[in-house]
Amino acid sequence: MKEENIAVGSTDNKSEGTIPQFMSESTVNKESLEKLLNNEDNNTTGNSLANLTDSKETIDGKYATINFGPTHPATHGIFQNILKVDGEKIISSEQTVGYIHRAFEKLAERRPYNQITPITDRLNYCSSPINNMGWHMTVEKLIGVEIPKRVQYMRVIIMELARIADHLICNSVTGVDTGALTSFFYPFSEREKIYELYEEVCGARLTTNIGRIGGFERDFSPTFHEKLKNFLKTFPKAFEEFNGMLERNRIFMDRTRGAGPISAERALNYSFTGPNLRAAGVDYDVRVMQPYSSYEDFDFIIPVGVNGDTYDRFMVRQEEVRQSIKIIEQAYKNLPEGSYKADVPEFYLPPKEDVYNNMEALIYHFKIVMGETEIPAGEVYHSVEGGNGELGYYLISDGGRTPYRLQFRRPCFIYYQAYPEMITGMTISDAVLTLSSMNVIAGELDA
Amino acid sequence: MNNESILSRIQEHFGSEIISSEVNFGILTIEISAAKSFEIIEWLNKDEILDCSYLTLLGGVHYPESLNREFAIVYHLHSWRKNYRLRLKVFVPSENPSVRSIVSIYNGANWMERETFDFYGIIFEGHPNLKRILNMDDMDYFPMRKEYALEDETREDKDDRFFGRSSN
Repeated sequence: MKEENIAVGSTDNKSEGTIPQFMSESTVNKESLEKLLNNEDNNTTGNSLANLTDSKETIDGKYATINFGPTHPATHGIFQNILKVDGEKIISSEQTVGYIHRAFEKLAERRPYNQITPITDRLNYCSSPINNMGWHMTVEKLIGVEIPKRVQYMRVIIMELARIADHLICNSVTGVDTGALTSFFYPFSEREKIYELYEEVCGARLTTNIGRIGGFERDFSPTFHEKLKNFLKTFPKAFEEFNGMLERNRIFMDRTRGAGPISAERALNYSFTGPNLRAAGVDYDVRVMQPYSSYEDFDFIIPVGVNGDTYDRFMVRQEEVRQSIKIIEQAYKNLPEGSYKADVPEFYLPPKEDVYNNMEALIYHFKIVMGETEIPAGEVYHSVEGGNGELGYYLISDGGRTPYRLQFRRPCFIYYQAYPEMITGMTISDAVLTLSSMNVIAGELDA
Repeated sequence: MNNESILSRIQEHFGSEIISSEVNFGILTIEISAAKSFEIIEWLNKDEILDCSYLTLLGGVHYPESLNREFAIVYHLHSWRKNYRLRLKVFVPSENPSVRSIVSIYNGANWMERETFDFYGIIFEGHPNLKRILNMDDMDYFPMRKEYALEDETREDKDDRFFGRSSN
């Protein structure tokens, strides 16, 4: 490969579908190249490693095959993309996933219901509380528990904090991949405050295992109230500081607009959900379509984009952070009085001092720990709006103490399929940017 | 759009292909024949009244004890305009666990079908690239089948009786 190709490709990264200047007409069939660049005869759903090498059209007579990943710093996770490039232009690509596959669906078939919560932590580990609570709500739906309003509001507060943390990471990493490292460090001090809030509730930070089937481990502590009030006061200001760095930054906008776009129609066909779909202009949000945990009580808007490109994805997430703050404020202001747990002694572990002093509590403790709980048979699908989209749990119970089958609907796994289609004709640097703005989390991808 | 009207609308067009139906926690579940599954899903996608144009989830289930119905393929569809969910089930025998691929209707089914093949060995006919996705390519078994115990088989404290089932 000639040196000049790389130089031209990296500076002229928006020349999609046109033939670069340096090329002489005699060396290439113009029509077939344009056809290839416009992805007309490239069946992206069926591309495999085999047909990465049998194309004939080239710019300089050579294609290069590049391994982007599995341990490349720009993938932000362990997954591989095999890119076939012409200069710096991506002709076709294929992803290899499964590097951190931990067989969660199989594991779940041999674990009592309360032991599955730690598995869900490790799906999208940037927003574990949403996964935990989605799972709790699935089981509660199966066993038919009435959840107190206070618990629902507490859950909303925690889930929206998790959404903020998730979007902050994604957007600041998008900043890193455009070369702005400052925008990565600033939000992390804010994310730290969110982790401190988790810590107050459950004692953990990243893999939270927060809450239980039926409610929370304990009520919000006075320190939590203090820290949350402080967070609500200081975060919007700090967040606007972060916006000041990127949102209307000319360099950032030029870099991200038009990078890795997808149309609403294609996104729907690929079963996109979450911010990536909303960036393409479809206002689907599980919180509004099928409200759970009292989301119908809150006033918030669903931001949508227009072009479905990296800038729109970034902006949708930015606006969602502001809306999440709005939801937390409403939920915290109207936080109802009451118990922090539902009355389900068969599922909710009794407090330790009761176990020592109270026969009934001891029996329930024993039954829960030994897995002697009666679980009704049934089939449930429950979904929540995770950080990346519709996070669903399809649970089949046959009355055993473990699920007969538990399938996770992992939004990452489903929308990451569209990645080759989104980056074909783009440059490698755009591919990096597209990947980070899609927020593909390896834990959720590989389950 | 309630479950009765959805069911009667489907019965009008595919009455003989519907094997059974029930409602589980508000979601209508219909078992359809494997031979016609593609046609039914394609029609559901196109039909203006039902408008089930979104595929939420596709996966498999293994029922080793039910003869000639060992594998189930479960489709979760969602109509966003009418806002209802629909669950379709197709049962296939273990001798020939195959069903027609729906990738030509929903591109999003591509990896979900590959994953189901990877886990259960269910063949999706007409799939553009049916190979393993999460496990190693040279794996010679399908791990989510019930005969593969998760635990070490020499352990005596973890058989199915201790999980609320009495298989032996």
